[in-house]
Amino acid sequence: MSELAMDTPIDRSAMKVSDEVAIEIRNMNKWYGQFHVLRDINLTVNRGERIVIAGPSGSGKSTLIRCINRLEEHQAGQIIVDGTELTSDLKNIDKIRSEVGMCFQHFNLFPHLTILENCTLAPIWVRKVPRKEAEETAMHFLEKVKIPDQALKYPGQLSGGQQQRVAIARSLCMKPRIMLFDEPTSALDPEMIKEVLDTMIELAQEGMTMLCVTHEMGFARQVANRVIFMDQGQIVEQNEPEEFFNNPRSERTKLFLSQILGH
Amino acid sequence: MTTLTDPPSESFRLSMLIYDTRYRAITFQIIALICFLLFFGWLISNTAQNLADLGKEPSFGFLMEPAGYDINQRLIDYNNQDSHLRAAFVGLLNTLLVAFLGCVTATVVGVIVGVLRLSNNWLISRLMAVYVEMFRNVPVLMWIVLCMAILIESLPAPRAFRGDDAEASMKLFDTVAITNRGVYIPEPLFSRSLGDIPVGNLFNISIDLIAILIVLAIGFYVSHRIKLKADATQEATGVRPRTWYMRLGVIFVPLAALLVILGFHLGYPELSGFNFSGGTHLRNSLIALWLALSLYTAAFIAENVRAGILAISKGQTEAASALGLRPSITMRLVILPQALRVIIPPLISQYLNLTKNSSLAIAVGYMDITGTLMGITLNQTGRELETVLLGMLIYLAISLAISAVMNFYNSRVKLVER
Ligand SMILES: Nc1ncnc2c1ncn2[C@@H]1O[C@H](COP(=O)(O)OP(=O)(O)OP(=O)(O)O)[C@@H](O)[C@H]1O
Ligand SMILES: [Mg+2]
Repeated sequence: MSELAMDTPIDRSAMKVSDEVAIEIRNMNKWYGQFHVLRDINLTVNRGERIVIAGPSGSGKSTLIRCINRLEEHQAGQIIVDGTELTSDLKNIDKIRSEVGMCFQHFNLFPHLTILENCTLAPIWVRKVPRKEAEETAMHFLEKVKIPDQALKYPGQLSGGQQQRVAIARSLCMKPRIMLFDEPTSALDPEMIKEVLDTMIELAQEGMTMLCVTHEMGFARQVANRVIFMDQGQIVEQNEPEEFFNNPRSERTKLFLSQILGH
Repeated sequence: MTTLTDPPSESFRLSMLIYDTRYRAITFQIIALICFLLFFGWLISNTAQNLADLGKEPSFGFLMEPAGYDINQRLIDYNNQDSHLRAAFVGLLNTLLVAFLGCVTATVVGVIVGVLRLSNNWLISRLMAVYVEMFRNVPVLMWIVLCMAILIESLPAPRAFRGDDAEASMKLFDTVAITNRGVYIPEPLFSRSLGDIPVGNLFNISIDLIAILIVLAIGFYVSHRIKLKADATQEATGVRPRTWYMRLGVIFVPLAALLVILGFHLGYPELSGFNFSGGTHLRNSLIALWLALSLYTAAFIAENVRAGILAISKGQTEAASALGLRPSITMRLVILPQALRVIIPPLISQYLNLTKNSSLAIAVGYMDITGTLMGITLNQTGRELETVLLGMLIYLAISLAISAVMNFYNSRVKLVER
């Protein structure tokens, strides 16, 4: 775990949480065959919230956020994103996916397309944006993640940190209202972790609603307004970062924190 | 005085040929080449000497002598008074015919089976697995003979079509006759034909065919231009215009017009006496060979296709889905361009295998280049060395041509990296 550099003062006042509900999950359950991965998940996320999800390996963190954009199907309960309920209806799925961006642990850039093409593919084919406009948007976001000069290279020619920033830019090009991150920094070397986290902090300061599975507790303290602790498919505890780290309530949380913070 | 960037000049010493990495590789290559040339020089001079002692100096004169044997399945005119060369040419065309038909069919079947084998439907994926394992684990010769046996044993004889209460009847509105002597299908005829152009004195090419090909080529070109225009419109406005009917139209309307001008009609097979006449006769030997080679090779291609698609990690599909791309677009723009790169190199070797395996044609009496030149011609003239060398040269040329075409295609879809 790398400690986040504290040299960037973070203006938390800019990160406003509105009353509007962005994601609502009610009594959601999911099984893989006989295996009960997610049990009775209840979670409401307001617009502008930055939520960090933590928990031991195999606790179902990835599965939970992958359910939100239907990369995994839930079997019971409701997931409502921006007022649209996730059902097997293709229209709803398309609508939700175009509003929810996602970044993966292993970036999953398209290796046969240039950085620019990676960023314009979805806007052109899903949003039906003219190519020129899509390219302008792409360059705007590539500048934001500080790699506009790599636009014509292929993903294989970039470092891991650069690739993850491209992946973030690629998601942003779809102008999502919610971003999901699944351990975006755990495949990266320590020096590169910071550049990706900086990008995410910037995003948070602009008011993006974020759900982030991560082991970067420094990031959680600085940016999150709520930390959720999961174990064995359940949400065991959720609280503001200060409370969560200083006064964990359940034994399992204490054990987890003592392991991950190395006390 | 030299500039500072010049390397220090070093005098050449003989030992550098072995110890200096700059010369070492070249030295060994030259030594290997010399050994190779010496060995082959010895082999050739020795063989030539032995043949001369037997009174059989290598010569290709026999190719001009009359062949004296019949070939029933042929694409160009031929009778037994024609030369061995022409017989070999008939055989070569037969090899090319079955190789071409086989490669096309094997690719289509192989891609379908490969994709279906990844299907979530348990029954379908199992069935495809059984098909693949059955075909690729038995020598292709068995399949060729089995196909032939099935065709001969299970189909009705032409005489079964005779009489008012015939046991067998023609298929597809009385246009196709499937018999144990082969399949008779309608043949294309032109009542206002433009005639033929002779190519050397080897064979004739129909001007009608050339005209059709030209019209088709122009049609495809215009259709491609329409696609490019649609791409441009999409880039400018974001909306892709509907063009499929225009694209099909520019290909098929001129073609239909040309066919009417040429007086195109079909000549149907008809029962006369104890056999069918008219139409095009596809002999059992061709069908059995085509079927067996295609199904056998398709089993291998299916595995390549499956491996190719599996090699594209699940993450690619997930990333595309997360961006909102629909599965069909994901397949076309994300998965296939990457999968092709994995599929094409093994596909080339499958095409080469099929072409070479077609030399088993002799087992069912299909007269390909092996059956003519290296079979009957060899037997009649006793020219083993010449016929085998010629045969090898021809297969080599076909294989290199296939490789060249496929490698060109491969270089166009290759992944650019670092
Ligand atoms: N496709 C699948 N089929 C069956 N079981 C699965 C599948 N995917 C995940 N699981 C199981 O579900 C549980 C939760 O997995 P998940 O990936 O959500 O864990 P995680 O909390 O993200 O863990 P990590 O921190 O290691 O990424 C694990 O026990 C895993 O083995
Ligand atoms: Mg995970």
